[in-house]
Amino acid sequence: MMLGLDVGGTHTDVVVINGKEVARKAKILTKQDDLLESVLFGLLEATEGLDPTLIQRVVVSTTLATNAIVEGRLEPVGVIVASGPGMNPAGFAIGEHFYPVGGAIDHRGREIAPIRDGEIQDIARRLKAAGIRHVALVGKFSTRNPSQELRMRELLEDGFQTVAMGHQVSGQLNFPRRIATTYLNAAVAPITRRFYDAVQRSMEHRGLMVPLEILKADGGTMAQRRSLQYAVETILSGPAASVMGTVAFADQGKEEVVLDIGGTTTDIAILVNGVPLLERRGISIGGYRTLVRALRSYSIGVGGDSWVRVENGTLKVGPERKGRAIAYGGPEPTPTDALIALGAETRGHRQRAVEGIRHLSYTLGTSVHETAEMIVSKTCSLILEGIQVLVDQVNSQPVYTIHQLLEGRKVAPKDLIVIGTPAKELAPWLREATGWPVRVPPDHEVANAIGAAVARTTCEVTVVADTALGYVSAPEEGYRAAIDQHGSQEEVVQLALELLRRKALRLGADEDDLTMELLEAQQFTMVKGFYRIGRNIRVRAQVKPGLISTYRETAA
Amino acid sequence: MKAARKTGLVFFPAFDWAISETHPEREERLLYTQDQVFEEGILDIDGLVELKPGVATAADVERVHFCVPDAEAVTTKSHLIAAGGCMAVADGVLSGKLERGFALVRPPGHHAMRVVHGARGFCNINIEAIMVEYIRKTYGVDRVAIVDTDCHHGDGTQDIYWHDPDTLFISLHQDGRTLYPGSGFVGEMGGPNALGATVNIPLPPGTSEEGFLAVMDRVVLPILDEFRPELVINSAGQDNHYSDPITRMNFCAQGYAKLTEKLRPHIAVLEGGYSIEGALPYVNVGLILALAGVDYSWVREPDYDPERIRQDREVDRLVALTCDHLLELREGCSPARQRLLAGPEFVRRNRNIFYDTAGIVEEQRETVRVCEDCAGVVAIDSRADTDYRILAIRVPRKPCPVCVETGWRWFDQADAREYNFVCIQDGKADLYQVKGE
Repeated sequence: MMLGLDVGGTHTDVVVINGKEVARKAKILTKQDDLLESVLFGLLEATEGLDPTLIQRVVVSTTLATNAIVEGRLEPVGVIVASGPGMNPAGFAIGEHFYPVGGAIDHRGREIAPIRDGEIQDIARRLKAAGIRHVALVGKFSTRNPSQELRMRELLEDGFQTVAMGHQVSGQLNFPRRIATTYLNAAVAPITRRFYDAVQRSMEHRGLMVPLEILKADGGTMAQRRSLQYAVETILSGPAASVMGTVAFADQGKEEVVLDIGGTTTDIAILVNGVPLLERRGISIGGYRTLVRALRSYSIGVGGDSWVRVENGTLKVGPERKGRAIAYGGPEPTPTDALIALGAETRGHRQRAVEGIRHLSYTLGTSVHETAEMIVSKTCSLILEGIQVLVDQVNSQPVYTIHQLLEGRKVAPKDLIVIGTPAKELAPWLREATGWPVRVPPDHEVANAIGAAVARTTCEVTVVADTALGYVSAPEEGYRAAIDQHGSQEEVVQLALELLRRKALRLGADEDDLTMELLEAQQFTMVKGFYRIGRNIRVRAQVKPGLISTYRETAA
Repeated sequence: MKAARKTGLVFFPAFDWAISETHPEREERLLYTQDQVFEEGILDIDGLVELKPGVATAADVERVHFCVPDAEAVTTKSHLIAAGGCMAVADGVLSGKLERGFALVRPPGHHAMRVVHGARGFCNINIEAIMVEYIRKTYGVDRVAIVDTDCHHGDGTQDIYWHDPDTLFISLHQDGRTLYPGSGFVGEMGGPNALGATVNIPLPPGTSEEGFLAVMDRVVLPILDEFRPELVINSAGQDNHYSDPITRMNFCAQGYAKLTEKLRPHIAVLEGGYSIEGALPYVNVGLILALAGVDYSWVREPDYDPERIRQDREVDRLVALTCDHLLELREGCSPARQRLLAGPEFVRRNRNIFYDTAGIVEEQRETVRVCEDCAGVVAIDSRADTDYRILAIRVPRKPCPVCVETGWRWFDQADAREYNFVCIQDGKADLYQVKGE
């Protein structure tokens, strides 16, 4: 049995899955000021009366790191950056203890200016004197050569609780994002560790002796004991959980849109052959652009509780939310009230919903029924616009080879999977508005918890080889070795897959359940003075988001 | 981080195209530039937008060129995407969504002339001209200035606009006596109907930041002011760099950024530049930041040493002399024009054109009608050692009735049996017609 738990802003959802069946599900209110209690209470609800030894897997997704970042409740972090030539590093200042220093690496990973030991030691003293216990060390092009970040760590000596280094957070190029990601990682690592240690302890207390896994923004999981190094990857796991909860119901060979319709917003994502699309560079949160891998989604300000009113003779839906639906005691009419008035939804106080709509119908000069239909249609058309925006964004993504530009397949989804509270009621309307098949998966109201329970471990590695300089390197993995001048792309691909396999196992993946794929494999002949001097090879590979094999097979 | 000017970038390194494996124009050329641009996080700057290139069509190419035997035969997909990249940037700027644009594409185009038998100087089709004519057709822009800062004379662009008084073409380059293509002297100032609309500023080897910026202040900016273009295009070649392997200049990334700041082009298009590790990553970053109005003061090459590349006194003297000479010659444009108008109706010139990349020699006999009212109809009798002979007729974009009538009469009366084909480009009707094939 597998247990999935997702702590959301309003509700905490938890399920226990047996084979492919949802054996138990529960929805409880989240205590925002005590997420730990929400988790523990959820675990208790789910396992009450169950033999804990039957549970083989526990995956948790929370808003802990997200909230800490968005609300600015971050531990102070000293940030030391070696930028070298290029953008003025002053523009990348982050936190209150930001220090640009000497030292530089170029695009091929060659040192072009050394770290000045005294400068780093001096900053270390000042940080210690200021009581700073967490440090982020980031160098431009450290993904090509991490030696200066490693040197800075040596120079810091002891006395810091967390030392995060840029080359460990991602293999992708983007210095400002690397700075932000490393900073956030250092800033949320301590609270993340305290929190999940507490969860693991109380699981053991309940007799749940399995290692805790945590859901990440890319819809994959990682072992809790590894979460310190990758703490920042746990941000925004909630939307990812919901999408993963629909993957079992996706069709191979199809492109499908997933709509998660909430109270205030609707999150839109795209599945291609049952695999969610990822953000191109990394996700943004609380004004920080990061390198954190995340499912690509687009959020629009339309949901079941959106404020419906008439402005200048036109019907408006959202993006504001004034409260719950009138039918549930809220102050203003909402799409949910419209659905209730139309009889599509049977819960709630129908008469109150009708009264709320009647006010609008007076202004519009239409009947209550017509007005309710207009509201639902408007809601659907806003959602459709959102889908189009996301599809256009995906299709306008730049590419860098002729092959990709000319052959580049465009996504054109023609299927909808809808989850969220008003999913069932809105489905027929969405079907009519789009003309597409619309599916509402069973247990869709806890799709997020299902997604957490059944998501597989994901990870990514980047390997760069420069045979002219004679090295092959994967700084994230702490890997660097010699390669001779004739080193081939094939060789580097094999290495990348092996490093990926090891990383996935370290993060808690099952040896038999590794679906690895290449994201990028490029080889360039390097020429100097009209002679070939070597090859520049770049390979990126991932374990893509998906379902663990035991569930995939039974659910199929 | 926010850009002062909303700027669009097409980045198309064509990682799967090369002239040959070890040719300077190869897959690796923009690899380190991409690394630098990505690593600097430039695409995350607010107000900087990355655009996807389009693919130019044969009609876009034939609005500018006479291709032998046809557009498809002289282009590869990469050429059409390079031109399409420029057009995508143009759409962004001309639609008002963007204030500035940069097409970082390859292969380059400024050596491609009106008639194309093959590749010259790594260029097959002129991506700036294709963009400019696309802009004129789509957005009704008339007066355009193209400032070519590539180290090689932009002889292709010069040839295409030689007779067009509404296109100001200015080229700064290493003196033609010392570098390919061997042209671009001060006295080359445009055809009989466009005298002064072509400006050439040959610079001595060893010219550095001081020289380039002095030329900008003394010559380029005043001429631009006088011409009052609606649109300024920069053919932004980067081979004036001190580390470039095929030229001998001393320019640097800071200099390129300052030049861009002075020039304020609406659209920049990458041309040459073959110091792919030591120059391009830094020059391109500097150029993008200068266009967008972002602090570029930290952009410099790892081995930058202003003392080592400072131009000597002799260069100072030669640059000043060239500027003086040029300005003096320009005084003569207007009297010369008067003399031409009083002379014969048709002016002819014979030329030999060498296609170094493709190894073709072309012989041209060009006839232009000296016209008081328009850019004048032009006919080119072009014969190449590939055994192709064509007659190409161009009716200008804003023609007088006589030039239209003359052009079509030439086309109708030409004996197609003497040529492989006869073709006409009607700039006003936006029409390309071929007979005799």
